[in-house]
Amino acid sequence: MNYEEKLQNVTVLGAAGKMGSGILLLTAVEMADLSLKSENKGKTFCLNAMDVSQEGLAGLMKYLKDQVMKLAEKKTVVLRHTYRERADLIENEDIIREYVFDVMNIVRPVTTVESAYNSSLIFEAVIENLDLKKKLLSQINENNPHMPWFFSNTSSIPIHVLDNAAKLDGRILGFHFYNPPAVQRLVELITTPNNSTEMIEFAKNYARNLKKVVVLSNDFAGFIGNGHFMRDALHGIHEAERLAKEVPFAEAVYMMNKVSQDFLIRPMGIFQLIDYVGIDVVQFIMKVMNPYLKDEDLHSDLLDKMMNMGVKGGQRSDGSQKDGFLKYERNKPVGVYNPVTNSYVDIAEFQVKCDEKLGGLPDSWKPWKIVNFSKDKKESMLISYFNELKAGKTLGAELAKKYHIRSKEIGNKLVSDKVANNKEDVNTVMLTGFFHAYGPVNEYMS
Amino acid sequence: MAAGYNTVSMGTGRKEFNPKKERAGLEYYIKEAGQGTLKQIGGAKNVDEGSIGNFMAARFNKQGHLAGFIPYIDEELQWKPCIRTEGACASGALALMSGMKSVLAETAEVVLTVGVEVQNTMKAIYGADVLAGAGWFKNRKNGHAYFFPGQFSDRAKAYYDKYGMEYSRKGMKQWFVNAIENARLCPTAQEYENKVADLGGLYDGMTPNGKAFVDSLNVLDCSKVSDGASAIAIMSEEGLKRCGIQKSEAVQVMGYAQVERNITDDPPDKTELTTIKKAVHRTLEMAGITINDLATIEVHDCFSIAGILSTEALGFAEPGKGAQFVADRNTARDGRIPINTTGGLIGWGHPTGGTGVHQAVTIWEQLTGRAGAAQVNIPAGRPYGMTINMGGDDVTVVAIVYQRGDF
Repeated sequence: MNYEEKLQNVTVLGAAGKMGSGILLLTAVEMADLSLKSENKGKTFCLNAMDVSQEGLAGLMKYLKDQVMKLAEKKTVVLRHTYRERADLIENEDIIREYVFDVMNIVRPVTTVESAYNSSLIFEAVIENLDLKKKLLSQINENNPHMPWFFSNTSSIPIHVLDNAAKLDGRILGFHFYNPPAVQRLVELITTPNNSTEMIEFAKNYARNLKKVVVLSNDFAGFIGNGHFMRDALHGIHEAERLAKEVPFAEAVYMMNKVSQDFLIRPMGIFQLIDYVGIDVVQFIMKVMNPYLKDEDLHSDLLDKMMNMGVKGGQRSDGSQKDGFLKYERNKPVGVYNPVTNSYVDIAEFQVKCDEKLGGLPDSWKPWKIVNFSKDKKESMLISYFNELKAGKTLGAELAKKYHIRSKEIGNKLVSDKVANNKEDVNTVMLTGFFHAYGPVNEYMS
Repeated sequence: MAAGYNTVSMGTGRKEFNPKKERAGLEYYIKEAGQGTLKQIGGAKNVDEGSIGNFMAARFNKQGHLAGFIPYIDEELQWKPCIRTEGACASGALALMSGMKSVLAETAEVVLTVGVEVQNTMKAIYGADVLAGAGWFKNRKNGHAYFFPGQFSDRAKAYYDKYGMEYSRKGMKQWFVNAIENARLCPTAQEYENKVADLGGLYDGMTPNGKAFVDSLNVLDCSKVSDGASAIAIMSEEGLKRCGIQKSEAVQVMGYAQVERNITDDPPDKTELTTIKKAVHRTLEMAGITINDLATIEVHDCFSIAGILSTEALGFAEPGKGAQFVADRNTARDGRIPINTTGGLIGWGHPTGGTGVHQAVTIWEQLTGRAGAAQVNIPAGRPYGMTINMGGDDVTVVAIVYQRGDF
């Protein structure tokens, strides 16, 4: 079965979810582009968007339409060529509308798993629950006569565990998109020795056509991305807990968030990132990963405590940020959670005091959004900044140095544990999947 | 002509422009510009007729029938004869022509002329469809997504092929630099607040990329997408008296030419603006002057290549030498012939149907010493100004020669 044939009937499981909807969008566009090639004229392409939520599917179709429209507006130059034989499509608007229709026309929103019985390729993006994944995958596998391939978006469960549990004979690999899939360029590709070369090659091809950066990760729980993020988050949490022995909890969280964002020139502070991903999701991923880790305990009492208080973070369906460790107004942190009173304290109340305690940022500091997009100057900016930070004696500088060193340690461990094949892959994941301005395995502090 | 008024040219570049927020519509711009002129001529009671130039409000704003907005400017304009003109981006100058002909026919002593376009109502990719209406619709299917940039990209390519790309782009770069530097001197210009220190470097860093835009132009080679209006009063000597305007505060029209090329034909030579050439020749002839008598010119630089080709059509440079002429700063504000002294279509902005009137207002300002920081020297021995307004790909052209009223 060639590339096109494999993509003629596809199912995305969990299509209305945050990751599923992005995967559906990218796949729908790829399939539509294939269907519009002259050699594929007359062939039917079908993409089942499977989800248990009717409401979610309705939202998905709206999301899909809006996104495809934006995409079509961006690639109208190419689309005019695609539709050059269509005499009835003259203006850009005609062409954009037709393209949106052609993409939407491939997608079948469905709520029953039976739709996947005819698919050659199945993307799995349901919640991180091994039992659920096992049930769905094995049911489809038993009833689908086409020996389908399963691409799992799991970010934490080892692929061989899914393979064995659902008895898929190596017809599953990890194809881990980053959130949101339509924007983030990274895909972690997790293969197992049981995968066929054909399947791996297809996966690489497909990723390339989606213009993704592929990093090969070995089959260890959490892979590279969460392997770094979870440990990095735990470090931030532990540091905040340590600080909280001397200052109120909310101030400690604020300070570590500032250290991890500003002092480390990252796009978000660690607590904001945890909120962005969802406290529930972070707790869950740690729980999934932990049993597979021999020499460490990837677990946080603080996350448990937050969950027990019902503070979860995550995002609303319109993309706005829900309150978690931090309280948000227009997606900007304005308060910090106080577990004692179960309420948020305004950052403005203690910001000046905490900033003074941390000490000023080094003179050569520039925010992430400047550094990250400074192309040729980025490297020299980072070198001079970290040189200055290294010499810094303030509390902020000390916390940042410790954080930086821990982040590097985590990166190196991913290589020595053979999760990543090399340090460059670790850095690529953090650069492209987490939008860091620099990879964790670097020499800035040596 | 006297009593010119320009609204701000609104669009990207202006601090107050936010595409996501609701903005002023057509009627706002028409009223502001119209009232701006009426205030200088003793009010609407002095006006006999109105003319309004607009290209595509029917699509940009879903609004036709623009003549009906002239009485909206002032209730005293109610029941007076008004007309709307359309000739793509030359719509504004056609409104001037309409007004001038009324005055010459002695059916009016004072005509209020407005030009307007409000284009930021849609994304550029859809705006391109609307603007493509300035070409022959039968050519649309095989045209570029950005139809007009595509047309002038083809002209640029023909020029590159004939005279060398690097050479040509040196001139086009200087054209862009002049446009922005001049716009910075005019508070209503869209690029008034442009703070880029190294304009040439910015231009050089943007190599034309056919995958994202058109093959032979970058976005800096293009005019702005603008919302704006301009107004001016066209008056007989009797009209001037009625409005209490001194001749020294007005400009007199010394020559004009209105030339049309068959829209269904391709341009006879992509490296020449043939219609402009004819219009320039006729208007100079009518005025009885040569290009050496001109102190300043407003040319229709919808694209930088059109600016270069205009210097050749005017006769300042031989075919192929326009790029050099511009690169040598001859058209800069301190050069041999200052062109587009408030930024032109690339720097001031290009509210398509308003541009022709804006050009007349600019020349009126320059010749009567009202251009503020953008004022250029008008030598006593070269007292003339000229406007060239072009619709479509060199299809409709109006060229006008002006001189201060008291000469």
